[in-house]
Amino acid sequence: MSFHDYALTITIFFPLLGVLVLFFTPKNSVRSIKLTGFVSTLIVFILSLYLFFGFESDNPSFQFQQQVTWISGLNIGYTIGIDGMALLLIVLTAFLTPLALLGTWNSVEHRLKEYTMMVLLLELGMVGVFAALDLFLFYMFWEAMLIPMYFIIGIWGGQDRVYAAIKFFLYTLFGSLLMLVAILALGYFASTLPEGEFTTNLATLYAVAQHIPLNLQLWMFAAFALSFAIKVPLFPLHTWLPDAHVQAPTAGSVILAGVLLKMGTYGFLRFCLPLFPEASLRLTPVLCVLAVVGIIYGALVAMVQTDIKKLVAYSSVSHLGFVVLGIFAMTEEGIQGAIIQMVNHGLSTGALFLLVGMIYDRTHTRTISDFGGVAKLMPVYATFFLVISLSSIGLPGLNGFVGEFLVLLGAFKSAVLGTYAYAAIAGIGVILSAVYLLWMYQRVMLGPVREGAVYAGHKLSDITKREMVALGFIVIFVVWIGVYPGTFLKKSAWTAKTVVTLMENVQRGFQPRYAEWPLKVPNENK
Amino acid sequence: MSINITDFVASAPLMTVTLTGVILILVEAARKSRVQVSFVLTLFGLLIASVLAIVNYSNEQTVFFGMVRQGWYANFLNLVFLAAALLTVLLSKPYLERAGVHRGEYYILILFATVGMMLMASANDLIVVFLGIELMSLCLYVLAGFLRTKEKSNESALKYFLLGAFATGFLLYGIALVYGAAGTTNLEIIEAQVPDLSSQWMFLVGVGLLLTAFAFKVAAVPFHMWAPDVYEGAPTTVTAFMSTGAKAAAFATLILVFHQVFRFTESNVNDLIAVIAAASMIVGNVLAIAQSNIKRMLAYSSIAHAGYMLSGIAAGNNEGQTGILFYLVAYTLMNVGAFGIAGLMENEEDKNLQLDDYTGLSQQKPFLAALMAIFMFSLAGIPPFAGFFGKYYVFLSAVKADMTWLAVVGVLTSLVSVYYYLRIVVLMYFKEGNGDVAAKPAFPALIAVTCSALLLLQFGIFPSVIVNAVQKIL
Repeated sequence: MSFHDYALTITIFFPLLGVLVLFFTPKNSVRSIKLTGFVSTLIVFILSLYLFFGFESDNPSFQFQQQVTWISGLNIGYTIGIDGMALLLIVLTAFLTPLALLGTWNSVEHRLKEYTMMVLLLELGMVGVFAALDLFLFYMFWEAMLIPMYFIIGIWGGQDRVYAAIKFFLYTLFGSLLMLVAILALGYFASTLPEGEFTTNLATLYAVAQHIPLNLQLWMFAAFALSFAIKVPLFPLHTWLPDAHVQAPTAGSVILAGVLLKMGTYGFLRFCLPLFPEASLRLTPVLCVLAVVGIIYGALVAMVQTDIKKLVAYSSVSHLGFVVLGIFAMTEEGIQGAIIQMVNHGLSTGALFLLVGMIYDRTHTRTISDFGGVAKLMPVYATFFLVISLSSIGLPGLNGFVGEFLVLLGAFKSAVLGTYAYAAIAGIGVILSAVYLLWMYQRVMLGPVREGAVYAGHKLSDITKREMVALGFIVIFVVWIGVYPGTFLKKSAWTAKTVVTLMENVQRGFQPRYAEWPLKVPNENK
Repeated sequence: MSINITDFVASAPLMTVTLTGVILILVEAARKSRVQVSFVLTLFGLLIASVLAIVNYSNEQTVFFGMVRQGWYANFLNLVFLAAALLTVLLSKPYLERAGVHRGEYYILILFATVGMMLMASANDLIVVFLGIELMSLCLYVLAGFLRTKEKSNESALKYFLLGAFATGFLLYGIALVYGAAGTTNLEIIEAQVPDLSSQWMFLVGVGLLLTAFAFKVAAVPFHMWAPDVYEGAPTTVTAFMSTGAKAAAFATLILVFHQVFRFTESNVNDLIAVIAAASMIVGNVLAIAQSNIKRMLAYSSIAHAGYMLSGIAAGNNEGQTGILFYLVAYTLMNVGAFGIAGLMENEEDKNLQLDDYTGLSQQKPFLAALMAIFMFSLAGIPPFAGFFGKYYVFLSAVKADMTWLAVVGVLTSLVSVYYYLRIVVLMYFKEGNGDVAAKPAFPALIAVTCSALLLLQFGIFPSVIVNAVQKIL
């Protein structure tokens, strides 16, 4: 009974306290609403730092575990715990949420109280998704999180927000509902084994998984993968993303790009690979081809966008392709790269959306051709924009390089892929990302101030101190990961190692293949 | 053999509601003008009955010459019916006052309908099943036409009565054939004979006719035609009661007869029920999309929900039973809530029943809009509300019975349903209204809808309260 035991639970549910306080805050005291929202998310970040520093990198097992019987009849437990990957993603979530609020301090005026509540509930759901070690619990968080995001897009979004919100909701729900059936089938499969019973406990299911026949594995893999692929989004299931991203308010886009998309890739690593290894090996070519197509396609489509926000949205499709490629390369480098690339993408794309939001607040346009010479008017802004763009491109010394390099290295080395083709084609994606981002940068920031532009005539004010703080924090981590990624890679090393070992055992036919699996079956429910 | 006092003690909840009804008749006769007294007495009677149901909860007994079986099953469902009745009564007072027909008969009819439902859940004999269904239905026929000056209300009552009478015919014929095959109407004795009976055509035809009658009562496809018209025309609060209490009662009997007595597993009967379930989900959800009137939309959605619950019957395992019982609780709360809000929105001229009338509600009545959003998300089966766990459980039972296809149909049609449930949320939250929502929510009604919403959240996050109750522990 110490704080340490409950740290994860407190981190997940702390936003509820903020929601409660907000509930009793009068809706016209704007300042206190903003402060409550910001302070709550900040405290969540501090709590997540406690997790970060309390996490033992050289301990392969899941940490901060807690298990409480929840629905005894169905063996559903409130089971939570984190490994390195979950830790990094929780810290990322907790880091981006306050910054998203800070960076868009004055952008939302209408129904501010509900807005802040929704952001807090969203944070609760996201942290919960990464911490859950019970499929039922995971699914609860996974779906419940749709509600606040739906409202954020639908109420505070742009012109076509209703369409985008519904599309986002239906699209993601479609995938997750089939995953629900697969979860049920998985739990039921566990009950058909000798002395087995229906369960959604992940540790038990990992142990059960090796008995699943291949054809059943393929079906379940397909159901899970569909749900995750929609979330990532993997080509050709990405069409909800540009709409949702473009229509969402800035903070929504930051969180959507920064965290929500990672839930898909996280799902692949946490569930698809370890639960259905044979099926994963079988279907690797399919997913990798889709990933590579996504990398190139996303980049090409990004290149021809006229709207900056849409360009950034399509760049996400391209970048997330790298993550999926890294995961399915099934080498330590690839998976490490994928995990660090999830964080990178969260930081740089989150920052890009913040930057786009900042200029939109000032000019009320996002069309590239409306701009020109912004750097002359907003030099600080332009500098930040350049640094973040370069990080997104993957300039050595900044974070993007580390992730992409590791992913490509993993893909080259990969025995599972068996060919250099994937890595080679994905490499072209890196070049293309330089093309679309720098070209956009050139058109927007450089050159003469455009005649007749929306903002021509009145002086564009450079970013405020508040915005500078928000971006500054992101840049610190962009450089940190770029220069010394060890701090973070160290945390996720075991995650990558265990998955790779498992896959190798499966390929060689070793039994028991889960011998060194870090998540142990609970002995008795406490 | 005689009736003794223990029979009455064991059936205390049933007796309390009956007694309240009888007292109300006397009160009505004596002091015609004081409707408030009837309202308070009704609430009181229902509350006492609920307390007695909890006290009596796991007191298993067969009483009244083996005609009535009391115990956890009857009491669990009694609580569901009583909750539906209580919420309806709270919603009804302001509604009827506005419509100018706030009269004591209303409460008497509600009480006796509840008695009918309670009899259905505690039946141990097909004759009692019949008595219960008839008592409930007759009261509901009258209630549906309670706004007697309104054409639609009359139409609703007449349609319900004619088609209901037809279904009663099926029920009676079914009972007769089962009696012909088994030589008894006592469910326990039939249960013992089922293995021998299930190859007899007379028995199977009887079962088919019973299934038809129940499918009519739960409004399952293809016996669903009456539901939209009846639900639309009846006073909104009666619709709330009909769509929840009556449906729950029909399911109670369905579980009793099909799950506990006939116990078909992996037989053609189960496949037949599975097909009915799938058809209800598809037809209900697809047709609901096209509706522009909220009551009709909810009527079609209730057809779909009957489909979800029928999957539990089709599965025929214990998970199915628990799943349906949980689902009934959730469904009662969310549907009473949704119809309750529709009733609050409605004004004297039958207006504000179109979906478009909900435009911009979140700005004029933020609290009502938030509650409505909760009901819609719960009906759509989105966690963390109780509707989700209900679906989870019935789909689980379907997967367990090797009917994964049924679960897949279930989730895909849920996706369809999300579209129309969310349309209300879209209108309430994402669109600007013209600001003429006049309704001033009355206090008792507000309590009812708020309680429903809170309980949905409570049971959604901590479903074990209900799950344990179904496993006979309270």
